[in-house]
Order: sequence, then C-alpha cells, then structure tokens
Amino acid sequence: MRLELRGITKRFGALVANDHIDLVVRPGEIHSLLGENGAGKSTLMNVLYGLYQADEGEILLDDVVQHFSGPGDAMGAGIGMVHQHFMLVPVFTVAENVMLGHEQTRGGGRLDLEAARAQVREISARFGFHVDPDDVVENLPVGVQQRVEIIKALSRNADVLVFDEPTAVLTPQETDELMAIMRQLRDEGSAIVFITHKLREVREVADRITVIRHGKVVGEALPTASDGELASLMVGRSVELTVQKDAPTLRDNGLKVTDLVITESTGTVAVDGVSFEVRGGEVLVVAGVQGNGQTELTEALLGLQDEVSGSITLDGKELIGRSVRGILDEGVGFVPEDRTYDGLVAEFTIAENLMLDRSDGPPFVRRGALQRSFRDQFAREKVAEFDVRTQGITTPVGRLSGGNQQKVVLARELSRDLRLFVAAQPTRGVDVGSIEFIHKRVVATRDAGVPVVVVSTELDEAVALADRIMVMYRGKVVGIVPADTPRNVLGLMMAGISPQDAKGEVA
Amino acid sequence: MSADQRTAQLDAPLSETTRTVTLVSWKSAGVLLAVTALYALLLLAVPHSGDTRFLLSQRGDFFQIPVIVLPAAPLAWACGAVMLAATAFVVLRTARGSRTPLWVVAVFAFAGLTGFLAWAGAGSPRDLSVVGLLGGAVLWSVPFVYGALGGVIGERAGVVNIAIEAQLLGAAFTAGIVSSVTDSALLGLAAAVLAGALVSLVLGLFAITYHVNQVIVGVVLNVLVVGLTSFLYSQVLQDDAATLNSTTRFSSIPIPVLSDIPVLGPVLFDQPLLIYLMFLAVPAVWYALNRTRWGLRLRAVGEHPKAADTVGIDVVRTRYNAVLVAGAVAGLGGAFYTTVYLSQFGENMTGGAGYIALAAVIFGKWDPVRAAFAGLLFGFASNLQNVLSVVGSPVPSQFMLMVPYVVTLLAVAGLVGRSRPPAASGEPYIKG
Repeated sequence: MRLELRGITKRFGALVANDHIDLVVRPGEIHSLLGENGAGKSTLMNVLYGLYQADEGEILLDDVVQHFSGPGDAMGAGIGMVHQHFMLVPVFTVAENVMLGHEQTRGGGRLDLEAARAQVREISARFGFHVDPDDVVENLPVGVQQRVEIIKALSRNADVLVFDEPTAVLTPQETDELMAIMRQLRDEGSAIVFITHKLREVREVADRITVIRHGKVVGEALPTASDGELASLMVGRSVELTVQKDAPTLRDNGLKVTDLVITESTGTVAVDGVSFEVRGGEVLVVAGVQGNGQTELTEALLGLQDEVSGSITLDGKELIGRSVRGILDEGVGFVPEDRTYDGLVAEFTIAENLMLDRSDGPPFVRRGALQRSFRDQFAREKVAEFDVRTQGITTPVGRLSGGNQQKVVLARELSRDLRLFVAAQPTRGVDVGSIEFIHKRVVATRDAGVPVVVVSTELDEAVALADRIMVMYRGKVVGIVPADTPRNVLGLMMAGISPQDAKGEVA
Repeated sequence: MSADQRTAQLDAPLSETTRTVTLVSWKSAGVLLAVTALYALLLLAVPHSGDTRFLLSQRGDFFQIPVIVLPAAPLAWACGAVMLAATAFVVLRTARGSRTPLWVVAVFAFAGLTGFLAWAGAGSPRDLSVVGLLGGAVLWSVPFVYGALGGVIGERAGVVNIAIEAQLLGAAFTAGIVSSVTDSALLGLAAAVLAGALVSLVLGLFAITYHVNQVIVGVVLNVLVVGLTSFLYSQVLQDDAATLNSTTRFSSIPIPVLSDIPVLGPVLFDQPLLIYLMFLAVPAVWYALNRTRWGLRLRAVGEHPKAADTVGIDVVRTRYNAVLVAGAVAGLGGAFYTTVYLSQFGENMTGGAGYIALAAVIFGKWDPVRAAFAGLLFGFASNLQNVLSVVGSPVPSQFMLMVPYVVTLLAVAGLVGRSRPPAASGEPYIKG
C-alpha cells in the first residue's frame, strides 16, 4: 500500500512540531525518517497512527484520503506500529497481547485463545521468530518483546509498518536481526517507515532517506551518502563526529569497586559480584544494553541503593554505608540517567537548580537565609561557562531543551571539587551540538586527573569517550577491554559472550 | 563465601537471565509470634475452667450428631500448641529463605479462633452452635464479599474503588425504601444495584473524566453518602417509618435434600436468594475477568492503558463500564442490610464494612476468589461476637466488636505476603 502524507502540520501551543511535512512511502521500500531528538519524527508518526489529530494536511493510502480519529482507525486501514516504548501488557501472555483489541470469542463469551496461539505460531514460523504464544511478556528479553510487537502489527494485516526508534533497546546483534526482518517484510511488499537518529543503521537498511529538522523536511538523501553528509543535513551545520583526546595520564588516586552485589526490593540481583577499578585521569565506559545493572551500579556509587554488599572505596575511603550527603562531600559528581526525574526540579529556575546540592550552608545559605545575589552571580557564571542557551537564569529548567537541561546538571555537578565523576547516559535525548560540548567537558574532567565513569548504551559513544570499556550483562561484568576493541567484539560481549570467545567468533 | 567458591562462580557461564534471590520478611513470623504470645497470656491471666459444649446437629437433619463436650482448658491449650507449631514452622521457613504459605496462616487462624471460642464458652450451660458459628459467618460475609468483588473489578481496570462503603450504604438505604414501599425484596435489590452504580458514576466522573485523585474522591463519597442518608433518614424516613422504613426481606429458601445435611446443609443450603447469588457471583466474576473479552480488555486498561489505547480500545469507556459494574455488584452487598439482615434502615448501618471489603481486596491479592475467601474470614470474625453473646461469654461485647477490625489489620499488615496490584491502579489515563 502506498502511503502519502501531504502538508501535515501539528502545533502544540506556540510550538510547531510538524510544519507542512510531505512524505511518500511506496510498497516494497524501507523509507528512513532521520532526525535529531525533538525534530518532530515521533509527533508525525503519532499523527499517522491516529494518536494525534493533525491541524492541517492529509493522510492518503493508495491515493484515498483517510480520517483517523484513533489508533483503531489507523490499524483498520492497514497501518501497524512498532512503538519505541513497547505497547505490551507485561503480565499478559504473548497470545493475549496479540489478540487484544480484536479478540475472537467462542460460546459463552469465552476468549478463543487457541486461535490467537495459532496465529502467533504461524507468523512466528514465517519469519523464524521463535516466539512461544504462552510466554508471559515481562519474562521475555527485549528483543523478543519487539518481535511480539511486530507479530501484533502483522496479525492485523498491516501493509504499512512504522518502526519508531526500534534499535534503542537492542544489542548490535539484535539490531542486525531486526534489519533482516525489515528487509524480509519489505520483500513481501510492505511499506516500511524506519524512524531513527542513528546514521549507521540508516545507511545500512534504508532505500530512501528523508531528513527532518525542527519539524520541517530539510532534504532527501540516498543511503550512499556519507555519515558526515547525513549528520550535517540532520543538524544543519557540519559536525565533529569524533572526540578529540590525548592518551590518558594515569594517577594513583581512584575508585575501587570490589564484589559489589546489589539486590532490588523484588529480589532481583541487579548487580552480581562486580569488581573494577578506575584511576584518576581515565574514563571507564560501562557499556551494555539498557537494563543489565548499569543504573543500579551508578546509583550505588552515590549511595542511592539500599541492599548493597561488597566494597566501594574512593581514594581508599569506604563509601558503602555513607549517606548521599556524605558521599557528595567526598567529592562525587553524579549525572543521573533520567535528568528530568532525578537531576532537576523542572519548576525551579536555572539558578535554583544550580545550587540544589549546596543548600546546607555558606556561601549559598547564611543563618538559614538564601543568599540570592550570590546565587544569581554563580548562576550567571555557570550559564556562560557551560553555554546554556536560555533567556535568563530565572527561566524554569523545565522550559529548556534536553541538551540545555543536561548542561545545567553538568554545570552543577562539575563545579564542586571532584574526586570522582559519574555520568549515566549523559547524552541521551540531547541534540548533536550539546553532545559535542558534553563530550568535551567529560574529557576535560578526565584530563584534570579525576576518575570518570560513564554509562552508555550507544556503542559509538562508548568507543569515542572511553579509555577502557567495561561491558555488563545480566548484572555481571562480561569483560573490561581497551577502547580500540573491534565493535563487533563489543557487540558480542553485550550479548553476554566473553571477550575471548567473542574474539574467536569474529576471527 | 570462600575464595574458591567465588572463582568457581566467575568461571561459570553467564546465565541467560538475571539471578534472583528471595528477600524474606520477618513480618509474618513476627505477627504470628505476637498473636501466639497474646493468646497464651490471655489463657494464663484469665483462666477459664469447665466444659465447652459444641452443638453440631439441628432438628430435621438426616442423622443426629450428639453434642460434643470438651474440657475447655486443655482444648484451648491444645489450640495454642497448634498455633505455636505453625509459628515455629514459619520461623524455620523464613530462616531458610522461603515465604510463608497461605495455608499455614489459615491453620493458625483456625486454631486460634477455635481455642478462643473454647476459652470464651467454658463453663456455659448453653451449647455453642457450630451451625450458628459458620452460618453466621456466611451471612456476615455477604457485604464483604460483594464489596470485595466490586473492589476487585474496579481496581483491575485501574480505578481504586475506595467508595465501596458509599456504595454499600447508599444501596442499603435505597433498597430499604424501595422494598418498604413496593413490598418486594426483589425490587429493593434492583434499586440497590442502581444505587451502587450511581455512586460509581460519580466516582467515574471525577476519577476517570476529570483525573481527580481516586483516593480522595472515594473518601469524599463515603463521607457524603453517610451525611446524605442520615439526613434523609431523620427528615423523611422517620416521619413515616411504617410505609417508608419497614422493609420486606428475602426469606430463606431451603434447597430440598441438601439442606438436611448436618452442619453443611443449614450453613450453605438454607439461605436467602442474595446468598445463593453470592455463591454464583464469585466464580462468575472470576470467569468474566479471566476468560472473556470484557475481562481481557478490562485488565489491559488496568495494567497498561496506553497499550490498550494503541490497539483501539477506548480506555475511558472500558473504565466507566468496569466501575459501573463494580458499583452494581457492591450494591448487591448493600442490599444485605435492609433486605436480609434487618427490616429497617438505620443511620450508618454499614459501619465501615466497605473498608473491610477493601482490605479483603488487598488480602485477596486482587483475585475475586481469594478476595471472597478473605471476606469470609472477616465475616467469621464479625460473627464471633453474636455467637459468644448467645453463649454468655465473659468477654465484654465492646471488645468483641473490635475483633473483625483487628483481624483485618493483622491480615493486611503482616500476613498477605508480597503481592502486586494492577500496574495502572489509581492512575488516571491522560492521552498524549
């Protein structure tokens, strides 16, 4: 089926998320929608899927204008979507998830689970998915859950399939498998929309590329275009894709983690006997697919986890058992994974956020009173130093873009005298310009002799920033390897294969 | 862990799934221990001697079982020993890292209540009727069970039904008037269903449409209905109590043959319509929730409303539907007060039964069958007072009135174990 979007415009108040976007996707092609976070890709797809109503423009399927008042209409017309955040009910089985919304019933209103199971098996066999219809979704690995999403779409006879940032949660191997599936679907005649911001994937799988920036279509490209060309089209200027850094100068101080075990309240052992060392002047990147214990590890470094055993020493001092305040006072800087929840108070101004961690005494507070002029002076300096793009220091942080919010967090954490810097996913949801800046600051911190731990799920970032890379899988350390380890070896390690075996497999 | 073991662990292949350990809580062991200690203290401090007479048969049964006479003190201590054994078992299991199974708690509770009965009924010349004990428990559990079913249905769809109390009381009031005026218990029952659904409609309007905090709306509704019914009672019902507040009640329908079985017959098969309906309602709700399209969609909306939305399910409609059904079912429980229990409405006559039903929902882990059994347990506790006052127990009745609430508190606080409510429970669904 041929999909055409004509002049789609969607506004949220004053913000124009989509500005007269035209797009044509033909059957039997993979059409990539490339753009930075916040460029308007997801908004456009939500319009297509009936979750939002467009303010202007129309959607055509095989040249017939469609009116979708909800996802049900879009699905009925043959549009299927594999959402970035899976739309699966975790406690339901695969079959129940697939049948939901178009259930067949037998006598007595009884659900016809057998029909749903058969359908799952049939589609699963056709694409070699190995999905058991009776597995409960929450027990499945993320890659398999994504296949359930695909089965869901196919069970409704979708001819147009939209993949919204599908590789964000996958290992490199799973990503390769997904691309094979996309090609197979294309060859069977589906029209495929592939939304992403990862250049490598676009060039590998797309037949055509449309680039979106600030809600507008800014150009089309062929997969033969270079990374540099695509990046500058996406960002609107030429960008530096590599991080400049010299060889590390190691010092004696540092962080030492020994036999760390972290248990969650559910009984899951999130971090299972992890040991590593980071010395002053080097960057250790903790790589791995999201959800393999990295979050808990970084939180434990700051004292945010309760059930912790083992040892964490910083310059010889034990950190386990100390309060968060105590650990901060030891000189630990921390950029949390989810800045909007854990890093900032959205309603507070930039100036207030910048002093959140120093409200317990001079120079920001004297005799219980906030020193506002000092605070504002401090904020003005930091805003300038960290290039926060804002109208003023009294702007609520929630109104800033993701990149500028992250710069505020960074400014706060890096302006103490640090002896350890921990940054979890520092560039997630951040524009390319800010990514360059953040990377430079991380390297500068390392060069100042501070041990740096960065958690990243993006292999590109891991390789660019790291002096050494530690790969985690299911709460354990798969291996700690040099930053120049081949990417395919790292990819295999992210799937739990030991570095020796991974090298053997690649060779 | 020795160094050798640790190396062995590192060499082992990485498992496919993350390791899990069972985090044990000493809470249930602690609660059981405390209750056992209190029980022993009671026996020691206030020793009762004499016999307790347990009456099992009624006239008209197939065969007669003679009255069982047991010496009270040894029986009470024997029950105490069973409680201690159950406690020790739980302590051992906890030490080994396993959870407390529910059946141990059930054995413990049964032993404790039997021992308490033996102690309280000691030396009384009157017989302690086992039929009265169990039959009364079934009767008293009616509002709890219907209320809990209503709570389960609402919460599985993602709407916390704190307003069970309001639904019960509103339904009791409405059923009272309608059955008084029409002289028909059945019409009263129908009116109760409508009243329960009406309370739900208000709950839905605020909680679903206007995204108001569900707990607050529920509590406000509970208070509102108390005020409203009390006002109408004093201003309207009392003026003409003969026509407006003398209800027609359901009479017991003995089921031929079955009702003559000793003990079980009168307890289960000689009851009014509303109770037979309850026996059917529990499996019916279970079936509807777990085996039908209605139930699948309802649960989907309570677990992950956005996922339901993206497959074309109208979340708001599904939730309204669930909440209305929940209110209707709870309304059946409210009808108990004025069409089964008493023949008139009294101010605030539900007396917090809705909150106990809410506790049954949690104790029953959001499952209709388990919640119904929890309701039955609370019904048993509520009925103790009646039984003991018949026997002539030395325990002050005010103390006995407290028992069902204490049992509820213990059940919810310590013994329920880890359970997981529906993921989107209490979360309003806001699109976009």
